[in-house]
Order: sequence, then C-alpha cells, then structure tokens
Amino acid sequence: MSEIPAASMTGEKPIVVAIAGQPNAGKSTVFNMLTGLSQHVGNWPGKTIEQKIGFHHTERLTLKLVDLPGTYSLTANSLEERIARDFILREQPDLVVVIANAACLERNLYLLSELLALPAPVVLGLNMMDVAEQQGLQIDTRALEAALGLPVVPMVASRNQGVRDLARTIERVVLQLSPLAPHRPEIRSDHKAVLEQIHQLLADHVPAPYPPDWVSLKLLEGDVEITEMMRTRLDAAAWEPVHDILKAHEDAVLAIASGRYTWIERIVRAAVTQPRVSQITLTERLDRLATHPVGGVFVLLGILGVAFGLTFSVGVPLQRGLDTYVVQTVAEWLRAALARSPLWLSGLLVDGILAGAGIVLTFTPVLAIFFAVLGVLEDTGFMARAAYVTDRYMHVMGLHGKSFLPLCLGLGCNVPGVLCTRIIDSPRARLLTILLMPLVPCAARLAVLAVLAPIFFGTAAIWAAIGVLSLNLLLLFGLGYGLHELVLGGEHFAFIMELPLYHWPNWRTIGLFVWQHLLEFVKRAGTVIVFMSALIWVLSYLPTGDLYTGYLAHAGHWVSPLGNLLGLDWRMLVALLTSMVAKENTLATLSVLYPTGPAGGGLTAALVHSITPAAALAFLVMQMTFIPCVATMAAIKQEVHSWKWTLFSILLMLVISLVIGLLVYRVGLLF
Amino acid sequence: MSDLQPGVRGVVRQLYGGQAFTGRLSSLGFTLGAEITIIRNDGHGPILVVVRGTRMALGFGEAAKILVEILAESTDSERIHE
Repeated sequence: MSEIPAASMTGEKPIVVAIAGQPNAGKSTVFNMLTGLSQHVGNWPGKTIEQKIGFHHTERLTLKLVDLPGTYSLTANSLEERIARDFILREQPDLVVVIANAACLERNLYLLSELLALPAPVVLGLNMMDVAEQQGLQIDTRALEAALGLPVVPMVASRNQGVRDLARTIERVVLQLSPLAPHRPEIRSDHKAVLEQIHQLLADHVPAPYPPDWVSLKLLEGDVEITEMMRTRLDAAAWEPVHDILKAHEDAVLAIASGRYTWIERIVRAAVTQPRVSQITLTERLDRLATHPVGGVFVLLGILGVAFGLTFSVGVPLQRGLDTYVVQTVAEWLRAALARSPLWLSGLLVDGILAGAGIVLTFTPVLAIFFAVLGVLEDTGFMARAAYVTDRYMHVMGLHGKSFLPLCLGLGCNVPGVLCTRIIDSPRARLLTILLMPLVPCAARLAVLAVLAPIFFGTAAIWAAIGVLSLNLLLLFGLGYGLHELVLGGEHFAFIMELPLYHWPNWRTIGLFVWQHLLEFVKRAGTVIVFMSALIWVLSYLPTGDLYTGYLAHAGHWVSPLGNLLGLDWRMLVALLTSMVAKENTLATLSVLYPTGPAGGGLTAALVHSITPAAALAFLVMQMTFIPCVATMAAIKQEVHSWKWTLFSILLMLVISLVIGLLVYRVGLLF
Repeated sequence: MSDLQPGVRGVVRQLYGGQAFTGRLSSLGFTLGAEITIIRNDGHGPILVVVRGTRMALGFGEAAKILVEILAESTDSERIHE
C-alpha cells in the first residue's frame, strides 16, 4: 500500500475510506453508525446518483468515509458501478471497506473478488451475523481471514455490534500495524495466455490510473466503457489484433465470472458450516403470501391502506393544528406589527411569503408520517416484494416492478418520487416513470379532494372521490400504455431483482430516511413554493391593489371562454392556476375568491351555489391531473436534463386535464 | 428455467443473450454449474428463484434465457404446493 503522509498520522488530513458493498448488505447502516449526523448528502460530480460523505474519529485518525453506491459487481453495467470503480481508481482511497451480508456470503464475496483486482487495500466487514446464525450458518471468521488474507470483522450493524471493531481495524491497517497479503482469485490457465497477449498488445497505451492487468481483464469481460476507452486510444491498426482476440473469446465473460465463483466457493467451504437440514425460514413463510399473485396484491393494498389511514388520521389534524395555532398566529402578529407600514408590504409578507412558508411547514408532518411508513416497508424488505407483485401490472406500461417504489413515494409528494426514479437501471424506463409521476395523486391533491368532495357532493362524497381516483389510476395506466412505445422505442429491459431476507427495521436507518427526504422537500420544494407564492400574490395585487381587478383576475377572465366550455367560472380557473405553486393552494385561493356572503355559510355555501354537480366533478378531475406544481417541474427538469421533456410533461398534463375535464363535464350534463 | 415448476432444483447449463446480459446474470450468481431452486412460477409474470442462498426475482422473458438441467423435484411437499 502507499505511504501515508505524516500529517495524516496526527489527524490533520483525513484518511479517505470508501465503503463498498452489494445492495441489502446493510452498507448504509454501517455508514450511518460510523458517521451519525455528520454526513453530507450530495451528488456525485455531474451525476444524479446520491453521494454521502461523513466523518469518524478514531483514537489516532480522522476518517473521511465515502459511501459508494451499492453494486453487485464492478462491470460498468450501471452508472452506480461506474461511479464505484472510478472512485477507487481515480481518487485512490487509503482503504476500501467491503460490507458483506453473512447470510448470503457467496454472492456478496463476488464484489470483493472484483475489488481485489484493483490497487486498494481492503477490509471485509461481515455484517448480519445474527441473520446468518438464525439460518443455522456457522461462520469461522478466523478461517475466512486466513483464506482471504484480509482482516475480517464480524458485525451486527443494526445493533451497533462490531462497528467499533471495524473502525479499529481500519486504523490498524492504515497505520500499517496489520500486514495485508490478500489472496486474489486465480485466472484460468487458458485465459492467462490470452490475457498476456492482450497485455502485450496494449503495451504502453493504458492511461494513467488504470492498471494494465485490470484493463486487459475488463476487455476480455467485454466491459463496454473500457473497450471504448482503449479503442479510441489505439489507432485502428493497433486495435485490430486486440479486437480479433476479444472476438474469438467472446464467451470468456461467463468463464471469468464462473472462475471467481469457484474461488469463492473454495473460501466459503473453508470457513462456513452449512446447516444439515435447511430450515423453513420466516422469509419463506412470509413470502408464500407476500409474493402470491393474488394474495400479494391484497397484502400490498392493505398495507398501503394502513399507510394512508395513518397519514391522514394523524398527519392531517396535525397539519390543521399547525395552520391554526402557528401560521395564523404568526400572520396576525405580523399584520399587527406592520399596521403602520404600507398595505402592500404586509400583504406581500403575510399573504405571499408567510402563506408559502406555511404550506411547507404544515405539510411536513404529513410527509414525515408517510415517509416513515415507506421507510419501514423499505427497510424490512417488503418493498422488494411489492415490486415483485406489481411487476406484471407495470408491464402494461412497458415498465417493470422497480418503477413501483418511486410511484409509491410519489403518493406522498411527487418531488421525492421523481428523485427516487434513480433506482431504475434504464434511462428510458426512468424517463417514462418520471413522465407518469404527475398522474400519481400526491398527498396535497388528495387533501384537496378530501375537503372539496364533501362540499360538492355531501353524503355521496366518498363515491365521487373513489370515482375520481379510479379515473386517475386509469389515466396513469392508459398514459403509460400509450407512451411506452414512444419513450422506450420498443426497448426491453431485463427485470432482475434481489428479494432480501425480511428483518426487523432499524430505527436509525428509518429516521435518517425520513430526515433526508424531508430535508430535500423543504430545501427544494420549500424555496420554490415560497418564491412562487410571493409572485402569485404580486400578480394578484398589481396593478390596482384589488384581487378582483389584478393581473391574476385578468388572466382568469382571459381564459374564461374555456371555463364556459367546462362549466367553471373564472375563480375556479384561477384556483387551478394557483395550484401550480403548490397543489393545496387550490383551497386557499377558493376561500379568498369566494368570500362569505351576507347570508353566511362560508366557503361551502358560496361554492355550492356557484357550480353544477357536473362541473364540480370536472373540476375535481382537473385538479387531480392539472399541470404539476413548480417544485415537481423543477425536479423533473433536474432529473431528465432536458427542457424538451420537461415542457412535454407540462403540456401533456395540461392537455390531459382539459380533455378529461371536458369529457367529464359533458357526460355529466347528460344525467 | 421459465418452464420449471416450483420446488424443482436444477443446474444452470447455458445462458443466452448479449454479453452485457449474461455478464450481469453470472455476476449475480447464475454461473454455469450453479444450483438453483424454483420458489414461484405462475406461468407468466416474474419468477422467484433461489441461487447461491439468495432469492432473486427474474422477469419471465429473462428466466427463459437460462437453460437449466433438472436435478430433482423437491420431496418436501410443503414447498411444492405453495
């Protein structure tokens, strides 16, 4: 390993430690345990993959921990794999920690076998020892250490066991107190000769941080990125012999992977005692129901029902309470304090900025509860089953099960839903999922529906709401079906997904899941909502200082011919327009534009008198499908990196909303 | 593999498809000679299979690209009739 600069010994310059691991190995838990809240969440430079960096202090060192994306291998199949290996090659961390799941050691050691081909010292953290034990596996960590030639630390990260040992081992290796002599997987003899040949042909053409041996191996494995890199580096004449060799050994990729697994099997045999009789585990029992094509759907619907029940029975009263006791109190106080200043100033501050900030504040508990429930489902392993069960339905839209989680997250708020599409491997499938996201009714739109349906339809509200939501779901599937040819271009994506073992949720992991999603919501949606809320206020105030004659009202009157078609007057149209700031704005706008009449009765009476049932239903449908809120638009733009697709999404939703609204109204008039 | 009933154990004999696809499958443990057990196969939709101690979901089309030699039908009746 490389020499360590003297400064790092004294803890001045942090030691860089990369944490690698396959998905479901508990890598994030280990990272969270080591770094706590000292972590910084950002993006990998130029990429939309999340990067987490945190610090940990041992007795003698400061460790800068970098959480690499969870990957099964390092063969540039996905962006994540590219990021992980580029980091190790280019940034040359002082140490790489591989977190492996002890309960499925064979497959988890595959990543290790690939990492050992890279020039970085490695320590193995053997996580989930408790799960392995429950399955009757006996793992001799000393034997494993001897077979691998690496330090191995047994851990149960979810119970904070072994985490300190891991830090101590890292320290020992970095300070060169424990010698490293890793045993590397052997290459099959017939491939050795081929590799040697390639190696010689490449000669000095391999660029700096890449080890020539490794580049030769990756070429033989058909690695697209490395092949492209070498093809452009060599001139055509020099590349041709290399290309010929690779073409003749196209099937080497299978042999190389098999070779690694043979190496792993030998190590596992030396260190692991398998149970004689395989037990029927909890996972098997639960999966019998959870993955059943019919039963699984009912389980999923039941769980989602509970999630919404919790969100709305706890979250919505909290939201109202915050609004009444915090936002309104502050508003009154502000108004009183600003009584002597110009009217526009208190208007802008109270009705513009504070109203926007209030939306963000009062909406946070609703989202916190929803994210907590989803966090539990994700952490226990249930979400993977949901993806499995929903896969066949997603196929209607040319997508597969992996798109289910982001769409489900979108039920809370479309913004994190759009961001979560990063878990989808294929860029085109990702784009399609993002385009469908605005049709997922977010909690804000559901809240509007829950308030307006009883006002419009009284006791029949529940049927109206169910009808509107069913139409929403139908539109989602219909749009997916209609768009997938266009967006995916007939491309087919492999659905390969691990179903991890069920385990008890780790509260710290869930806490961080909720915290990070909320932070993202407040940061992204928050700033946009406050700004837009202020802007809308300005538009409603200027130029006359009167809501009924301002620019906003003008805009409403200007589109009122359209409203006539839909049976809606200008005030309803303005409510729709302001829902672009934040969907719950619909309610706020309506209550401002429909002032309580002299007869009393508030919003309810004023609204009911001004609208026919058919138009009311059309309004509800349009409200659910109208142009996405600005926060969602911003998220879409950020994730698809294209104005074209962002505008497409906005126009698409506008057209859908108008056409469906018109249809519902016209059909409604027949009854 | 897509034709196999739940409970069937087998050995992977061949992978069909492009280099990227077979490379990905083999890195996940579906190497030539690897033992698999079918957990769930409803004749359409994704298939659930155990390979190297891990439960994997595979699309029906993807499973059809894995040629498997049958070793034994499981005698554990509880496991067959899910």
